[in-house]
Amino acid sequence: MSINYSERIPNNVNLASDRTLQRALEHWQPQFLDWWQEMGPSDFADKDIYLRTAIGVDVEGWASYGEVKMPDYRWGIFLADFDPNRTIGFGDMAGQPVWQQVPGEFRAQFRRLIVTQGDTEPASVEQQRLLGLTCPSLYDLRNLFQVNVEEGRHLWAMVYLLHAYFGRDGREEAEELLTRHSGDADKPRILGTFNEPIGDWLSFFCFTYFTDRDGKYQLKSLAESAFDPLARTCRFMLTEEAHHMFVGETGLSRVIRRTLELMSALGTEDSTAIRLAGGIDFPLLQRYLNFWFSSSLDLFGSEMSSNAATTFANGIKGRPDETSYADHLCTNATLDLVTPDGEQGIRTETVPYRNAMNEIARQAYVRDCEMGLKRWNLIIKRAGYATTLTLPSTRFGRHIGVWAGISTDLQGNRVSAETAAQGQTHWLPSAEDRTYVKSLMQRVTAPGKMAGWLAPPDRGINNLPVAYEYVRL
Amino acid sequence: MNSPAVTDLTRPPYITYDRHPDTYVHWRLQIAGAVATLGLDVAEDQGLRPGYKLKLNSYDLGVDMELYDALQRIRFEYPAVKVVILTSLKERMFCSGANIYMLGLSSHAWKVNFCKFTNETRNGMEDSSRHDGLRFLAAVNGTVAGGGYELALACDEILMIDDRSSTVSLPEVPLLGVLPGTGGLTRLVDKRKVRRDLADFFCTTSEGVRGDRAQRWGLVDHTAKPQQFQAATATHVARLVAESPRATGTHGITLPALRRVVDHAGIHYTFVDVAIDRAARTATLTLKGPATTVPTTPVAIHAQGADWWPLAFARELDDAILLLRLNELEIGTWILKTRGDPAALATVDASLSAHHADWLVTQTVGLLRRTLARLDVSSRSLFALIDEDSCFTGTFAEFALAADRSYMLQFPDEPTRAPSLQLTAVNFGLYPMVNHQSRLATRFCGETAPVEAVHAHIDQALDAGQAMDLGLVTFAPDDIDWAEEVRLAIEERTSLSPDALTGLEASLRFGGQETMETRVFGRLSAWQNWIFIRPNAVGAQGALKVFGTGSKAQFNWERI
Repeated sequence: MSINYSERIPNNVNLASDRTLQRALEHWQPQFLDWWQEMGPSDFADKDIYLRTAIGVDVEGWASYGEVKMPDYRWGIFLADFDPNRTIGFGDMAGQPVWQQVPGEFRAQFRRLIVTQGDTEPASVEQQRLLGLTCPSLYDLRNLFQVNVEEGRHLWAMVYLLHAYFGRDGREEAEELLTRHSGDADKPRILGTFNEPIGDWLSFFCFTYFTDRDGKYQLKSLAESAFDPLARTCRFMLTEEAHHMFVGETGLSRVIRRTLELMSALGTEDSTAIRLAGGIDFPLLQRYLNFWFSSSLDLFGSEMSSNAATTFANGIKGRPDETSYADHLCTNATLDLVTPDGEQGIRTETVPYRNAMNEIARQAYVRDCEMGLKRWNLIIKRAGYATTLTLPSTRFGRHIGVWAGISTDLQGNRVSAETAAQGQTHWLPSAEDRTYVKSLMQRVTAPGKMAGWLAPPDRGINNLPVAYEYVRL
Repeated sequence: MNSPAVTDLTRPPYITYDRHPDTYVHWRLQIAGAVATLGLDVAEDQGLRPGYKLKLNSYDLGVDMELYDALQRIRFEYPAVKVVILTSLKERMFCSGANIYMLGLSSHAWKVNFCKFTNETRNGMEDSSRHDGLRFLAAVNGTVAGGGYELALACDEILMIDDRSSTVSLPEVPLLGVLPGTGGLTRLVDKRKVRRDLADFFCTTSEGVRGDRAQRWGLVDHTAKPQQFQAATATHVARLVAESPRATGTHGITLPALRRVVDHAGIHYTFVDVAIDRAARTATLTLKGPATTVPTTPVAIHAQGADWWPLAFARELDDAILLLRLNELEIGTWILKTRGDPAALATVDASLSAHHADWLVTQTVGLLRRTLARLDVSSRSLFALIDEDSCFTGTFAEFALAADRSYMLQFPDEPTRAPSLQLTAVNFGLYPMVNHQSRLATRFCGETAPVEAVHAHIDQALDAGQAMDLGLVTFAPDDIDWAEEVRLAIEERTSLSPDALTGLEASLRFGGQETMETRVFGRLSAWQNWIFIRPNAVGAQGALKVFGTGSKAQFNWERI
């Protein structure tokens, strides 16, 4: 009642004249703010932070910068521009006009997809809520909060869809998104990965590089949906998601650059020496990459999935970049999958292409992940070192899909459980690794200063200097 | 026959149930004081559809339509009648049952619908006997087989001729590979208490049994030799007349042909409007309350006759249900709406309750009861929409209770626009379902506390919140959500498998107490409908298909 909607909630969905939405938000918005206070980065609630706010979908509107206190952040609701001629791009109904309403037939499937996507957004804020206390710089602290408020906005985006298109069920689901909490044993977040706290900044960079990239691919799939408001919502979210991956990619680059500096100064690649100097040695970094890559792969779901086939057939969820494919029906195509055989080996299984949609998306995701690896390896090579960072096989370390629970080495070769157990210490972060990384997490808050394990960024935010006081503590 | 205006039959042949004794081709209705005689004399060449001959007094849907019409006329036009005799006008053949060639030619849907209507008509005879004291005597004056015996089973008593050659049989299993599925198996054991081993033998022997053994086994009540048959009939009729508690009258009312228009938009009557949305596969049935002041005294009610609102409404709705079921197979969801003045409905209900001694009121209540029961067993999804301007009071509230789901509109900002739901005395027992319980009792699965809680609010206009609290409606969206919630719910419903929905609804609608009728619909019919789609019955070499060709049926011997 007391909300001036267009002012308080920037939007391009006619909020000021939509009673359904207003009523839903009147109820939900205070709960969201309570949640933010309770589960978000509450230690910084009263600080001015240099943040980007989306106030429109055009070039100027989507990135409006200024000092803001996070609870006053104007979480808005934006959909990419409406295209009256858009048709369904794939599946059995390809070529028909897209839907402006949820067809009752697919209501439950859409609701589940939106709720699952929506659940990850506040989950990541919860996972990261204590990171601010150990920030390696004000620049990074600001980036963390930018990611946080945007995850918050992405929650709003999903809540908008639930409120606008799913009636009472939708409102109830929107409330549940605030009721489940990351790591809460009684009401955990839906996806397992989102229940692990992100306790250090190396993990945060890995999360934004790998896990947010999964989010990008999920959004790309949903951006193809025949349910037009969902597609348009996800398109706009993708512009913001790009920043999160920028934080991940540049963060890991800066870790690598700092380590290279130390290696050069110390004249050694020895892990112990690097650690004594307060850097992150490459074997440790590789183990973090192994862990975060594998756990993010699980988010795509099983390699063979009847759900995936159904959602594709019905136009609910397409492939990322669907237009780049020639065949949008995929009724007769097949895909060869490498799967474990019943013994200790592998075999190739030919599966209907539609059932393999999760795997198609996963493969595109892996290719995208490899881009960063190439850049990092180039940095290492240019510095004169032979070390190469790699991604493990997609069969390694899986908990979902045909390779779940199958012991393999990093290359995906099947190994005995015993070998795998022995391998864990050099394949995945050990307790010692984590303790060491934790020991590095010392708060650095002088403008322009960086923690000793991290190189400064090439440039600041929005053409401001790196030394700008991005967060006024 | 006063044929009503039927224009633009969307899919010929559009079949109606309009019949009149003057133009019956299969039955003869004779009235003599307290006794009505229905003589079966099936016209071989006048099957409802082409392709078969109705030999040996066998029947099809057209024969049953006349029977149904005759029963209605006895109820309303001849209130002096206390006993109905069903007999045959043919020599030595009472009735040989449903026509096998007709069954062989019919689609699955046709067979199922035909059997359902046949069941309902027979249940209706028992319903009239149980509630209104109208007694039925089957005067079986010749061989009786299959559906013919099932018809006799629906009578209060069966008198069979003992001429040393006429037999009674249920030969469906041995001859046709199907069941005596219109009540036969169930009535043998449930109603006539025939021992199961004898029933087992009886139902697997095609030649049947003659009168004396039939009586010994309890298949018939009485036998009489041909010379004594007329006298025996008269004796039993006289006794039944004496026993009948039917509230009788001297002057019946006339049942005129229904005023009805069928067009592309649906079926339109005075108090019932059916709007069909073929793309959505839904029919919206809008039930309208009385338009004018309703009479409250028996004299005034009789003066209105067939125009008396409850009777006119019930006849129209009954007809609408039958037409939709027969002609609109793909219209799978029926949306029930009401319009009218709640006070007028309440007045009508008060009359229905108060004048139970009046034969016309009693018969009208009976028709409403059977029409509601017909709705209950209709294989369509029923959603009641208690929307703005609706009138779900008393008799109309019964339709919300009959629905698989009900949605009631809330109007938090403008409570005066909110609809109400109001229960009256009629909701607590005047319209028992085929499980012999009220819809309220069935709704609460036989628990008494929730029914008592509802009873505490009798005659009160309940808003959506109260109706939700009392468990009377399923969901109560407010005005902002209403349109979208209802659209989504209906779209979701219509996307589901029609077969699965039929099974789901039939299973959930009749929770709790079982009766013979629920066993007929829920067990016997379900098995029969399964057999009706099995190759052993309807495959190219199935028993129904090869009957009469001289070929032997080829069975897949797997027991399932």
